[in-house]
Amino acid sequence: MSKKDIIICRCEDINLQELHDLMNQGFTSIEDLKRQLRVGMGPCQGATCLPIIQRELAIFLKKPIEEIPLPTVRPLTLGVPLKAIARGAKDDL
Amino acid sequence: MTYKIIIIGAGVTGCSIAYNLAKKGMNDILVIDKSYLTAGATGRCGAGVRQQWATKANCIMAKHSIEFFEHAKETLDYKGDIEFKQEGYLILATTKEEDLQFAKNVALQNSLGIPTKKLTPEEALKIVPHLNPKSFISATYCQTDGHLNPFKMTDAYYQAAKKLGATFNFFEKVLDIKHDNDIYTVTTNKGIYQSEILIDAAGGYSREIGLMVGLDIPVYAEKHEILVTEPISKMQGPMVMSFTKNLYCQQVPHGSFLMGRTTPNQPKDHDISSSHEFLDEMAKTIDDILPKIGELRVIRQWAGSYNMSPDKQPIICESDELKNFYIAAGFSGHGFMFAPMTGILISEMILNLPLSLETVMLHINRFKHQTTHEVEKSVV
Repeated sequence: MSKKDIIICRCEDINLQELHDLMNQGFTSIEDLKRQLRVGMGPCQGATCLPIIQRELAIFLKKPIEEIPLPTVRPLTLGVPLKAIARGAKDDL
Repeated sequence: MTYKIIIIGAGVTGCSIAYNLAKKGMNDILVIDKSYLTAGATGRCGAGVRQQWATKANCIMAKHSIEFFEHAKETLDYKGDIEFKQEGYLILATTKEEDLQFAKNVALQNSLGIPTKKLTPEEALKIVPHLNPKSFISATYCQTDGHLNPFKMTDAYYQAAKKLGATFNFFEKVLDIKHDNDIYTVTTNKGIYQSEILIDAAGGYSREIGLMVGLDIPVYAEKHEILVTEPISKMQGPMVMSFTKNLYCQQVPHGSFLMGRTTPNQPKDHDISSSHEFLDEMAKTIDDILPKIGELRVIRQWAGSYNMSPDKQPIICESDELKNFYIAAGFSGHGFMFAPMTGILISEMILNLPLSLETVMLHINRFKHQTTHEVEKSVV
């Protein structure tokens, strides 16, 4: 199966070939790959792609997977409409 | 290892300086960064580029930088897409005082060749129809302002500088700097390097770097927060901004909306954690000014450090006290959009070339002799 047909990030439609191309260029941290490919920045916040990328980097760098750091976890866990947040904030007053 | 020049910081400023020096033939350069490319303020910024300022220095820096961005992809021979769009900044006046100040700003900008126009609410609503017409009294608009992707733009500078021979060391933290017999000795957690020339482009940490060589640069780090929504089909061309309502909001080419505001009374430190106060205030502000955007879901919020200077304008100069120590700091939230000119000016200073701009007003000495400054007001 071609690496182009293996989807790594469903939110941003990134395939394994694109990931390996950047790793070969020297982008070998998840933070670097995230900024170049938008992996982990979509609506699922990396739930699917981050463990896969972590494993690919571990293989590439010949390191144990626990030595591949994950990016900072930021709010929100799920997408929430701005209006709902504004309404909630006003109700708090 | 010995280099002619060491640059501390691989944000857009450090990368632009490295590229401009290397392009002019000076490629014996080491760039050191304590983390990855764009790990600091560059990679956390709002990605807008504008020329609508209230001070002459900022207007000129911005205008020349936009002219560079217009051809950056070709000039730097970059294979990727820097996602440059020029659909303007629409800046809302919400008070009588602001309306009067904006008339002055437009006159200043026009006198410097920046094509800003003053708009009535009706004219502004033609450009952004989903604005709440009750939320502002007039606006200014400059079509050639816009957006570009900070990661890609910095990568473009980085790749071009590397191709010209500059060396980059990532994940390497500067621990100590000594200056003896006109040689800088930089000690990191991985090695010791020497150079004749040292450039402080450390963004939020530029003050700390200055202190390592005994230089008191009057800047400090301050947390600013941003959020991003789910992507949707294009519905907004320009960045919508208001200084009084404390907001900037733009739809980027990818489809998502980026928006930010300043949380008042932040401590002067390196904290970049996310706060619920920001999220609440941001949501209320959007609900007031751009209610339709309020229907979108927030995907993520994050934060970064502005490097604040006393007059909210950059410090770009060689130090008087310390020979061959150059400062590119204090951008006060606008280092990304000024980076092309920062790189050009620092490279011209180092190579003793005629300067593209008058730089007296960017010198650190302005804070020594004066207690009051012309402070840039057009800042969120």
